[in-house]
Amino acid sequence: MSVAINVDNVVKKYGDLTIIPGLTEHIKNGEFFTLLGPSGCGKTTLLRMIAGFNSIEGGEIKFNEQVINDIPAHKRNIGMVFQSYAIFPHLTVRENVEYGLKLRKMPKDEMKKKVDKILDVVQITEYQDRLPERLSGGQQQRVALARAIVIHPSVLLMDEPLSNLDAKLRVEMRSAIREVQKQVGITTVYVTHDQEEALSISDRIAVMKKGVIQQTASPHTIYTRPYNVFVSTFIGHSNLFKGHIEAAGSEKTVVFADGYKMNMTTLSEEAADGQEVVISVRPEEFSICREGEGVRCKVATKVFLGKYVNYSLEFPEEMLVPDQPSIEYSQDLGHAEKLLEVGDTVYLKPNAMKINIFVADGSRSLMEGVVENE
Amino acid sequence: MNKRFQWDFWAWITLLSIVVFGLFLIYPLFSLFVSAFQDAATGNWSMQNFIHFFERKYYYQSMINSFTVTTSVTVLAVIIGTALAYFMTLYRVRCKSIVEICIIISLLSPPFIGAYSWILIGGRSGILTRYLAEYGINFPSIYGFAGILLVLTLKLYPFIYLYVAGAMKNIDSALIEAAESLGCSGIRKVVTIILPLITPTILAGALMVFMNAMADFGTPMLIGEGFNVMPVMIYSEFINEVGDQANFAAAMAAIMVLITSTIFMLQKYVVNRKSFTMSSLRPMQTGALHGVKNVVMHACIYLLVALSMIPQLVVIYTSFLKTNGSIFVDGYSLDSYIRIFNELGTAISNTYIFSTAAMAAIVFLGMTVAYLTTRRKSWLTDIIDTLTMFPYIIPGSVLGITLLLAFNEEPMLLSGTALIIIISLVIRRLPYTLRSSSAILYQLSPSLEEASISLGASPVKTFFKVTAVMMLPGVMSGAIISWITAINELSSSVILFTGATKTMSVAIYTEVIRASYGTAAALSTILTLTTITAMVIFFKVSGRRDVTL
Repeated sequence: MSVAINVDNVVKKYGDLTIIPGLTEHIKNGEFFTLLGPSGCGKTTLLRMIAGFNSIEGGEIKFNEQVINDIPAHKRNIGMVFQSYAIFPHLTVRENVEYGLKLRKMPKDEMKKKVDKILDVVQITEYQDRLPERLSGGQQQRVALARAIVIHPSVLLMDEPLSNLDAKLRVEMRSAIREVQKQVGITTVYVTHDQEEALSISDRIAVMKKGVIQQTASPHTIYTRPYNVFVSTFIGHSNLFKGHIEAAGSEKTVVFADGYKMNMTTLSEEAADGQEVVISVRPEEFSICREGEGVRCKVATKVFLGKYVNYSLEFPEEMLVPDQPSIEYSQDLGHAEKLLEVGDTVYLKPNAMKINIFVADGSRSLMEGVVENE
Repeated sequence: MNKRFQWDFWAWITLLSIVVFGLFLIYPLFSLFVSAFQDAATGNWSMQNFIHFFERKYYYQSMINSFTVTTSVTVLAVIIGTALAYFMTLYRVRCKSIVEICIIISLLSPPFIGAYSWILIGGRSGILTRYLAEYGINFPSIYGFAGILLVLTLKLYPFIYLYVAGAMKNIDSALIEAAESLGCSGIRKVVTIILPLITPTILAGALMVFMNAMADFGTPMLIGEGFNVMPVMIYSEFINEVGDQANFAAAMAAIMVLITSTIFMLQKYVVNRKSFTMSSLRPMQTGALHGVKNVVMHACIYLLVALSMIPQLVVIYTSFLKTNGSIFVDGYSLDSYIRIFNELGTAISNTYIFSTAAMAAIVFLGMTVAYLTTRRKSWLTDIIDTLTMFPYIIPGSVLGITLLLAFNEEPMLLSGTALIIIISLVIRRLPYTLRSSSAILYQLSPSLEEASISLGASPVKTFFKVTAVMMLPGVMSGAIISWITAINELSSSVILFTGATKTMSVAIYTEVIRASYGTAAALSTILTLTTITAMVIFFKVSGRRDVTL
């Protein structure tokens, strides 16, 4: 029942404004696929094109081998969960879940069995005769999920379904959605702007910016081996330094602007001697070291966050890629030997196995084995 | 969804609404303007009709009269309505809900009942006039300018009251507290904070009052006597047995539409520059007035309500009086009722049939066209949206004349039919229902419809199963108000009716003209009671305590 989705060179335009300039993506059958990006990047637009609520100005979308461009939304057999839940306020919980089945003219007893089962799966059996206005946000979202899944859709589409919930409930619903999705085994396209949510819930994530997919990969790859600077800074925090490559035979070294050198074993063939690069270091990839063994900087502010301490650092301007909000170091309190104070001058050593190197304009990774589409 | 055009349900609705508004509003209006510029005798283009109008004082005086009386009514209604809303919202008033219900009743009652019963009270042989005459006191004349002013002000101040009271409820008390914390209090607070906040609302209400007063036909016809106003003049020129006056009446109607549209644009211009939205988390608290102030406030409010209710009460009372021809005699009887059921039974049934048919059409068109113009926007629906504004500026009598002129001949012979009266009711009320339906739609999240579609319901099915179901309570409560105004409608029906399509309000008018006051009173009583019953249903359906028109 569940299908693979092939998005082939798809274009979305509103008048003269191009939202999606030509996007290709393959979503596997049964996979939990997340579209992640800042607001206005076109992720919801793409989702609504798959759903049939937005027209397609170019290219094709296929469910398995069937082109769906001209199939109206109500014949695409999709399940959709909306940001605003969109529970019918005039129907009870049970009637909401039954709605799609009734349209499919399912026999009464079979329908009852199915609805009972799905209500149990999403744990709202006890509220089945209530009107939606008497449910909490989390319960309403469970109803929406049940209503979308019960019709055995070919794909399940979710448009920021958790963004109206409070933080605690969000985490709880996150695992509920993941669990139900695995249980039913349905191809799911999930849209969110919350990177933590995307990392925790997805099989694969596509990071979008201005209608273009920047990278598609597993959560782990996206975080540890981002394809470009946008992905590395959008997912988590990355400190960006200017540098260049020094290569002697197979030995490759990356040199920071202040002359600090690091031996790198993870660079790709492309990295050439003398090439200008961007060095991306995550806050947790620094460790305090002795003078001369790392980059020199000064502690500007210090924020205590429980599990770790976050410092913002001051570097000489010529060492950094310009226009960065802050340069940060987070110190894991479980392993910290000494705490720093504001005003301290320290030497920090980046972890050569973890850091990422990009070409000078940030558009590509120079790490071995990193691909745009995994 | 699809770029290719399809003949789906919505295309039919688009076509239907274009046909309805095009055929029954634009085409007649257009033919009115055309005939205004035609010479009655030769059919040639000419400005003669307009020249004729502005040459004779008898005619252009009616325009001046209309303007003065309408402006006076608007100013008075604004002052009374705003003051009433201010005191009713901010201070504790005893029997507040009864006061409110009386105000709404007087707003929804047939427009000319006021004129007619004030004649019964203070006319030449009115109850009060004769009573005072016994003591040698000469009661000032109720006819003419003063009478129209009195009747229309009492009839129309509730518009302002309802609008302003609604706006006052939306003023957050924090705004007032902020003003007070900055050292502003008393009358300054009212002038610098409250008044500016409700000014856009007052202007909106004032427009309604102006339009209604300008277009009102029944009141000046009955009580105006020598004081001619435009609707009366248009009516009498049009009805004039000498057939060649239709073009002249059309010219006068054109002048009137010009005036109302100018006022409409002017108001829109001013309001657009000043408009803002308010919503209050915590409305202003009601306080109590004490001592003399409290007594004076209550006295004024009760006096006002009494004045507004007197016409209804007088009418109900006189309907049970024994009559002999046009004269009331001592004693009580049900003769008037027996006579109307015998002689005017069709008028009663017509009224209910026409207004119910109109209501059904209004509900259907209101919901579907509102859906078109809010959810399926295109240049075509924008045009429809603009067309639906037109009836606001067209006085009822003008609409009546335009319909009659346009559908007087084969193949589109509709004059004299029930259909044409129903159409005029639909055209006049539809804009109000459309506006409220659109407001409801803007509140409904489109994702509800998308959810239904994603579950497999086609867009049309979704509209009927989800959207319409959720709109219905709001639309129905609006429709009841439309029904009430339809049963009380006079100004266009009086032009469109024939013997077989007479409605109650037309019958009341003709009975009053014949000086058959008993039957007129009995008919009015039935109308008033129907109105009250419908209002009770409205309050039940909507769960509200106020009315928007």
